[in-house]
Amino acid sequence: MNKILFGRYVPGNSFIHKMDPRAKLVLSLLYIIAVFMSNSWLAYGTSFLIAIIIIGSSSIAPKFFWDGVKPLIGVILLTMIIQVFFGVGGQVYWHWGILSITSNGLLNAIYIAIRFILIILVSTVLTLSTSPLEISGAIESLFMPLKKLHFPVYEMALMLSIALRFVPTLIDETEKILNAQRSRGANFSSGSIMTRLKKLVSILIPLFESAFSRAEELATAMEARGYQGGEGRSKYRVLNYTKNDILGTIFMIIATMSVLLLRNWS
Amino acid sequence: MAITFKSVDFIYQAHTPFENLSLKDINLTIPDGSYTAIIGHTGSGKSTLIQHVNGLLKPTTGEVVVDDQTITGTTKNKELVHLRQHVGIVFQFPESQLFAESVIEDVKFGPINFGVTNEEAQKRAESALQKVKMPQEFWDKSPFELSGGQMRRVAIAGILATNPKILILDEPTAGLDPQGRREMMELFAELHQKEKLTILLVTHQMDDVANFADNVIVMDRGSVAKIGTPTEVFSDTEWLINHQLGLPSAANFAQKLISHGVQFKKIPLDMGELVDQIINLEGKGNRHE
Repeated sequence: MNKILFGRYVPGNSFIHKMDPRAKLVLSLLYIIAVFMSNSWLAYGTSFLIAIIIIGSSSIAPKFFWDGVKPLIGVILLTMIIQVFFGVGGQVYWHWGILSITSNGLLNAIYIAIRFILIILVSTVLTLSTSPLEISGAIESLFMPLKKLHFPVYEMALMLSIALRFVPTLIDETEKILNAQRSRGANFSSGSIMTRLKKLVSILIPLFESAFSRAEELATAMEARGYQGGEGRSKYRVLNYTKNDILGTIFMIIATMSVLLLRNWS
Repeated sequence: MAITFKSVDFIYQAHTPFENLSLKDINLTIPDGSYTAIIGHTGSGKSTLIQHVNGLLKPTTGEVVVDDQTITGTTKNKELVHLRQHVGIVFQFPESQLFAESVIEDVKFGPINFGVTNEEAQKRAESALQKVKMPQEFWDKSPFELSGGQMRRVAIAGILATNPKILILDEPTAGLDPQGRREMMELFAELHQKEKLTILLVTHQMDDVANFADNVIVMDRGSVAKIGTPTEVFSDTEWLINHQLGLPSAANFAQKLISHGVQFKKIPLDMGELVDQIINLEGKGNRHE
């Protein structure tokens, strides 16, 4: 049950850990753009090198990154297969109806797999080195300009942090209900898909019921402590850019520029 | 059905950075037909212990024997279905497991899972609802329309309808009002006496231990700290207080009298004994001036 990596924060004291979450978020996006712009072996090689440097400076054990990639291997393989069989152009190696294997198709399949893996690796660095609260703080701060357009920034950030906060709670709750129904003889790992789905109802209804009543209790508890929306609230964690952020930004700008320059270079 | 734990260790989330030894070398026997109370403060391993009895958790090392079935770390879930028919667990706040459209359908869920026919399930559900004193007018209502106390009864009926031979109760009276609490405890005593159910009660209420149990297991940091009759366990008052477990209120009262110089032959565990002993003190003219 607790194998979900999403939102699992590994505390640490590395260069990356000490960066401002806003800088990390923006630079991760910059990296993703760089990866999507890559179109040659040299550009991909550089992107790969950047990913290794980022992972290295986070001092997080490689096992965690493998855990991040593992659940998505199926999706990566599926997209690769589609690319291989439906890609067109270049030399044709095999042909049957609308299916064909071509040199371009093969190349694109490999590029897509590399893109996927690089993006997963770097976004895993972000989620592993940044606590969920920091991420929602960063989003709040980055979206602040939208306040002028009457976009509910505070509310959105609060919703996000509450949602993240309750992920482990809901996992525990699910496990508890699962155990209770198992004790009443429910068997969730056998039978046809229809009977399994029917049995799932005995988990989902109690889960919704408790999530709703928890939400109501939380709302009451917040009101009881005088919550009236984000306007004028001060912050416990004040975000500040430091030397690390400047260094990180300079590095990423140079890195992205070199990827862009190496485009079409073959 | 007797329950035996043979050198059971349980490691929570083994082989991960979050690994945590939650049961350490548990050896104990719970005799058939006994009413066993399991006490110990929060996090001492009580809930982990009871989940081993019907195989929701499997020992990391060692084995659990229930009746003639042995559960080890490699027992398959399929082999546990038979066992789960005979071991009913009422979890903490069991009302959170209700889901069906009507009270009666929810109570029938267990028996039907165990392969009983619809008519038989209906019969069992009706009899279980009568046992928990749920008036017939509620049977066709949605369980979500009921009050908290009523939902608790329906959830317990849902366990009783599976006809367990061992009934495990994890703080079944938490959050109930005094009357609800008394009725609930009387129901369990009746099931123990009339239907000869083996009962395991996890509780923080020392009075319930003194009034109902004939066997007590004290858990402390994942190990069995003490095991014996209530009289034996409560005789070591200092140890219990040091471990934040407290005493039944009658024993507590007697302790206060003792600290003021009154002599007791034996620490009383319930109100009846306390009153008897105090009357005896009076009779002997041991009164303090």
